[in-house]
Amino acid sequence: MSDPAIAANGLRKSYGETTVLDGIDIHVPAGTIYSLLGPNGAGKTTAVKILSTLISPDPASGPLRVGGHDLTTDPQAVRAAIGVTGQFSAVDGLITGEENMLLMADLNHLPRGEGRRVTAELLERFDLTQAAKKPASTYSGGMKRRLDIAMTLVGNPKIIFLDEPTTGLDPRSRHTMWQIIRELVTDGVTVFLTTQYLEEADQLADRIAVLTNGKIAAQGSAEELKRLIPGGHVQLRFTDPAAYQTAALTLREATRDDQALTLRIPSDGTQRELRTILDRLDAAGTEADELTVHTPDLDDVFFALTSTTSIPAQPAQPKEAVR
Amino acid sequence: MSSLTLALRDSSTMLRRNLLHARRYPSLTLNLLLTPVMLLLLFVYIFGDTMSGGAGRSAYIAYITPGILLMTIGSTVIGTAVSVATDMNEGIIARFRTMNIHRSSVLLGHVAGSVLQAITSVALVGAVALAMGFRSTHATLLDWLAAFALLTLVALAFTWIAVGMGLASPNAEAASNNAMPLILLPLISSAFVPLHTMPGWFQPIAHYQPFTPAIETLRGLLLGTDTGNNAWITIAWCLGLTALGYRWSKTQFNHNPT
Repeated sequence: MSDPAIAANGLRKSYGETTVLDGIDIHVPAGTIYSLLGPNGAGKTTAVKILSTLISPDPASGPLRVGGHDLTTDPQAVRAAIGVTGQFSAVDGLITGEENMLLMADLNHLPRGEGRRVTAELLERFDLTQAAKKPASTYSGGMKRRLDIAMTLVGNPKIIFLDEPTTGLDPRSRHTMWQIIRELVTDGVTVFLTTQYLEEADQLADRIAVLTNGKIAAQGSAEELKRLIPGGHVQLRFTDPAAYQTAALTLREATRDDQALTLRIPSDGTQRELRTILDRLDAAGTEADELTVHTPDLDDVFFALTSTTSIPAQPAQPKEAVR
Repeated sequence: MSSLTLALRDSSTMLRRNLLHARRYPSLTLNLLLTPVMLLLLFVYIFGDTMSGGAGRSAYIAYITPGILLMTIGSTVIGTAVSVATDMNEGIIARFRTMNIHRSSVLLGHVAGSVLQAITSVALVGAVALAMGFRSTHATLLDWLAAFALLTLVALAFTWIAVGMGLASPNAEAASNNAMPLILLPLISSAFVPLHTMPGWFQPIAHYQPFTPAIETLRGLLLGTDTGNNAWITIAWCLGLTALGYRWSKTQFNHNPT
């Protein structure tokens, strides 16, 4: 396997007494999307700032390499390989979108003609040609983000850091941004993405790491993470206490909630398992008033892993499909 | 690309960015020009006759023009502090820091842009003074060139100090307040009245500050007055302030990640 795009071992950062990153390991193979998922204040932005050379890691960190270059000894080489689109838009609001792009072309030392060509191409690709001559401060949130990414792409970076690229965008702009990110990877670029949206990580990332309190609580593909949460369940709700009692005696493996008159039976929610449960209830001559099937999704993983207390037996806010 | 070529190229790109800002939003620069022009009008037309002790307005305009020109520099660099402070709060600075460009080019661009603006402002205020009747009596071409070099050197020194002040300020308002002494210092120099007319306890304050020797030197070059060793003192002040401002700014910029 070739060199990973990002290889960080034991990444640490603390400010005085406060530990922001408590020794995290990040390995991102080239050409993939890696998502750092976590609630506000988990340390996502700090991780991006360190990996993009904006701030320095604690000396106690292990070896940190980005694009094959050491972060602390050769930051300029790292900078030549990366592009960064931060959480707060990194465009110059006082000048036009086109001037912003040409500024990037100059700073990337592109010849003048090449700079103009790349600028026109990227403005077209990100649907900004119409607004090219307007000051960037007049752009909408979605347009600013698109300009931001377009500016990042001028240098043709191999690795792109996107810090919460869709925070604050409307659903349409968010989907446009997702499409843009997918296209980046087809061009062979490596994307390091932070997000607080589970759906975003699920949609885009090859590999997801859940960051909470400065530690990586779990990482893997979306599927692997979902498997971490013990299977789904079927929930039966009764209104008649007698029926509830009968069912509880029949389905002895169920977890009882005598107050709410509900039973919770571990199940993967397949048709076969559902039929078995219903057959057993029929045989006992009783009937549930409501049946819901719950399959684990990334939300459950997220809530289970990021809750500050111990991992709860049941997710805090289960999404349930009523059948 | 060698590191010097890189530094020059990136700095000139940053300079173009700053000049673009100044051209598109000239109101800040023009506002800062108002103070020296107003003072020039006020002192010449309202106080001129009294201040000159009967020598007349034309004698007084000759006396205060050098001071007004240096005050123009003090005023312009307040704009530098404000625009640096504003700029540092912009996300684009974080972008520059993650790019493979010459590290100091952001600051060098601000400095070069600010010195150009200061010189342009001095030329504009000088034109107003000429229109009001200021005439250089003794200056040769060489004196004019030396005067230009002096003004540029002073502009460079105070620009670096202003950049440092801008970096030290959390926002534009704070920067404007922190840089205020740069326009107040000329008021307590020999710009408007000779030092010996001031109270004895105050004379050292007016004497041992950078504007007084710079004003005396400019007077000597334009009007042929005796400058003594003021030229050397001015050069020493300017080099010292430039070195100090440069180090202070660079340290702050490198240790001040957003």
